[in-house]
Amino acid sequence: MNHVVAAGAAGSCHIFSGCGFPSPSIEDFYFTPLFKVGPVAFGKPGLLLLLSTLIVVAFFFAAFRRPQLVPRGAQNLGEMGVLFVRDQILRPQLGKSGDKWLPFLVSLFFFIWVNNIMGIIPILYFPAMSKYGYPVALAGMVWLIYMGLGIKKQGVGGYFRTLAIPSGSPWWILPLLIPIEIFSNVFVRPFTLSVRLFANMLAGHVLLLVFSLATWYLLTFSIGLLFSATSFIVLILVTALEVLVQALQAFIFTILTATYISGAYEAAH
Amino acid sequence: MQHLVHLHHLLYVASGARHALAAVAASTPGTVGNPIYYHIVNLGALTYGLAAIGPGVGIGLIFGRTIESIARQPEAAGRVTGLMWIGFALTESLALIGIAVPFFIK
Repeated sequence: MNHVVAAGAAGSCHIFSGCGFPSPSIEDFYFTPLFKVGPVAFGKPGLLLLLSTLIVVAFFFAAFRRPQLVPRGAQNLGEMGVLFVRDQILRPQLGKSGDKWLPFLVSLFFFIWVNNIMGIIPILYFPAMSKYGYPVALAGMVWLIYMGLGIKKQGVGGYFRTLAIPSGSPWWILPLLIPIEIFSNVFVRPFTLSVRLFANMLAGHVLLLVFSLATWYLLTFSIGLLFSATSFIVLILVTALEVLVQALQAFIFTILTATYISGAYEAAH
Repeated sequence: MQHLVHLHHLLYVASGARHALAAVAASTPGTVGNPIYYHIVNLGALTYGLAAIGPGVGIGLIFGRTIESIARQPEAAGRVTGLMWIGFALTESLALIGIAVPFFIK
């Protein structure tokens, strides 16, 4: 919010005062770096990522430091989280023998969720996943995992046969189906996985920006006050929608990861 | 191209919209007033409008079928609701790619 904060700090950019609506743009997603550690510059998104890592690690460390048989306090919440991931995400896709993927999926789910939640927490107010590089890193990691695992378990030819030929397809459609399936499973999957998370967070952040900027911009001692109040109410409703979307996107990313990993173990049925 | 230029000169004079168009070109997100892009219609907004047709139909189908199936068999509500959320997110992602593309493809 660099240029917009400057306009607001000037104090006079309201409607009827000559300046146009300071609409949110892609510039709102670029932050000047705060400090550099060697060649790596840390700005707000990078610091938010580090903060969310600390939060997730600290929470689960505190939850399972001294586990009791009857859980109470943080352990209760931690168990609820882990059991949610295990029963809703892991068991339907990977079965009981896939429990060794539980730490990875729990970390992935809570990392993405805490990062998304930062989009509606005051002062922070930026979902780090709305910078395209971060979902790309996550999706690239998932891609390496399921491609590497599939090639290791089924061999190169076997895994590509699993990817390219859905079970029960007639022989005469294979020349058309194989290139489409290979392209879809090897190249399009990581792309849509990353873009789904990125675009959801981008669109949500832009919506919040539009309505908060509108609330400020319309705040004049005229009919604008009524519009400003309406815009504020809509801002609250959009924030509620964002709560749903943030949790949903973390859930979808994790469950698709589990699906792709299960596809690497055996042919999808 | 010449006809386009004459037409827009006419529009400028006729409606006095010179300042408004300049303001639009100056405040358009992310571009430097590319003349062909934003003169008549905001292509970014049009992109999203077209991109939202398919997922609109798709999401309506998903939720409608879910409601139907829960009405037929209420015991399956938990399973069906989980699948509904997965289908919703996958369909919604196409509409959201449509809203994100004008930001980075100019």
